[in-house]
Amino acid sequence: MIEAYLLIDFGSTYTKLTLVDVGNERIIATAKAITTVETNIMEGFNQAYQLLCEKFDRNEVKIVKKLACSSAAGGLKMITIGLVPELTVEASKRAALGAGARVLKTYSFELTNAEIQEILSSKVDIILLSGGTDGGNTKTILHNAHKIAENIKHIPIIVAGNKCCYDDIKTIFDDAGFNYVFTENVMPRLNVLNVVPVREKIREIFMKNIIKSKGMDEANNYIDGILMPTPAAVLKAGEILSLGTSKQDGIGDLIIVDIGGATTDVHSLADGYPTKAGINLKGLQEPFAKRTVEGDLGMRYSALALYEASGEKLIREYVDVPDIKEKCAYRHDHINFVPKDELDIAFDEALAKVATRLALNRHAGYLEVVYTPIGDIFNQYGKDLMEAKYLIGTGGVIVHSNNPENILKEGLYSSSEPTILKPKHPIIKIDYEYILSAMGLLAFDLPDTALNIMKKYIVEI
Amino acid sequence: MNSNGKTVVIGVIGADVHAVGNKIIEHVLTSEGFNVVNVGVMSSQEDFINAAIETNADAILVSSLYGHAELDCQGFREKCNEAGLTNILLYIGGNIVVGKQDFADVEERFKKMGFNRVYAPGVRIEEGIKDLKKDLGIV
Repeated sequence: MIEAYLLIDFGSTYTKLTLVDVGNERIIATAKAITTVETNIMEGFNQAYQLLCEKFDRNEVKIVKKLACSSAAGGLKMITIGLVPELTVEASKRAALGAGARVLKTYSFELTNAEIQEILSSKVDIILLSGGTDGGNTKTILHNAHKIAENIKHIPIIVAGNKCCYDDIKTIFDDAGFNYVFTENVMPRLNVLNVVPVREKIREIFMKNIIKSKGMDEANNYIDGILMPTPAAVLKAGEILSLGTSKQDGIGDLIIVDIGGATTDVHSLADGYPTKAGINLKGLQEPFAKRTVEGDLGMRYSALALYEASGEKLIREYVDVPDIKEKCAYRHDHINFVPKDELDIAFDEALAKVATRLALNRHAGYLEVVYTPIGDIFNQYGKDLMEAKYLIGTGGVIVHSNNPENILKEGLYSSSEPTILKPKHPIIKIDYEYILSAMGLLAFDLPDTALNIMKKYIVEI
Repeated sequence: MNSNGKTVVIGVIGADVHAVGNKIIEHVLTSEGFNVVNVGVMSSQEDFINAAIETNADAILVSSLYGHAELDCQGFREKCNEAGLTNILLYIGGNIVVGKQDFADVEERFKKMGFNRVYAPGVRIEEGIKDLKKDLGIV
């Protein structure tokens, strides 16, 4: 009897199943069906499961565990509050993104009544409240705690700010009968980023509260746990693949590009320190596992936003058709559109190239030249990814493309934009079996198995 | 040395890469019990100010060794006021102007710009710390 893990991704569009033979470290089968979160999440699951069952002999395989991640029902929606935009606001945003959340908006300084109203009407799942280094500013976070306590009752809050305010905030929130948790400051000292404790708390609240409110209770009863939002699972897989486990090495610095219908996600697993001498590192510390989400770069729902963001000229560099805007609008209006003829395929690939190029431009760090009495000096902001070893592609348009390499190459360093620190000569790999999120889940129980499977299945072109 | 409960932001302003003095200042201030927030070399006015807001700093100590401080510090006090750091102490020291100028003139110009204390080249940090303790009411 083969012992297998069933790994489930309740995605925004598809529910994807991956059945893994854990003993032999191989994928037995995969299947997908449309996610049915509006009616009953299990309908879509059962459909996918039936498809899966056709691909293996049920008498020979015993499913020992079922783990899931989810980005159904709009994913995990958060807003984050900090003090200074470049510091705690940015730090809290990075923590939320790393936990797999969609950050709807960030707020800085003291909240106004209008902003509170905006938060109330934005239907967020979790609020992250930060502000001040430990021992630093107390006024703003206390003001914001009061404002929240007076107006918002039903949204769980994570407090990750100046720890010197925690006693006072506890009193404020206890008096208001509030649902809140404390964790370590997301920026305990100036420019020092501390995202892991916040990420863990977000995951805990996601498991406890969010699953219920998303109509996923029934799924939760059937499986052994919906562990995290899907993007967090992808980031986890990237971490294991890059760093390895306690028993074996990973493959080193890598970047994952995930082009979806609504967003383009970029994950980098790298310290990103300067790769050349004499460069001065500036700004807030970067997390080793960094995720950015581009809500205006997507193949379907965000095709029009992509058109706005890139401009027609840039798209025309890749595909020369007269009706670029119309084609983007069609994709925006038909999110299930699957291209059949050559022109539509070429157009999709052009959009994917633009998305890759812009998303990497925003994710990678950049150099700023400063002219000084002793000559040119360079300041580096963000991560230097020029020497990243691997660039991994995932997402429908890349996985199904005949030339995924050409899409991903648009994310490489370009001498026409010499100050953007994108990878120069990475080895390009493709997640053909679409297993990254599943491996992130598996890594929770069996990190070595997950690592070996990724090494085997995520391959060079 | 025990903490004296006061936070100071230090750094080297403008396109100035002189790092050694900056480290010495951090070392001495720390050993005198200050909580030191060092924004490092090549820092803009905004770097100092943002750091001071988040850390609720009591003073900002600006260093400059390359002679361009007068340009780099234009509008510093006004920006502090704009950012709500209305009463924060502003000190500056180093080689803050070019050439052999009468220091009394230099001091006056920087005081007009809103600096509370201005130090001539060669003044030791210990001198500044005496003033700082006085200005912050540390006995």
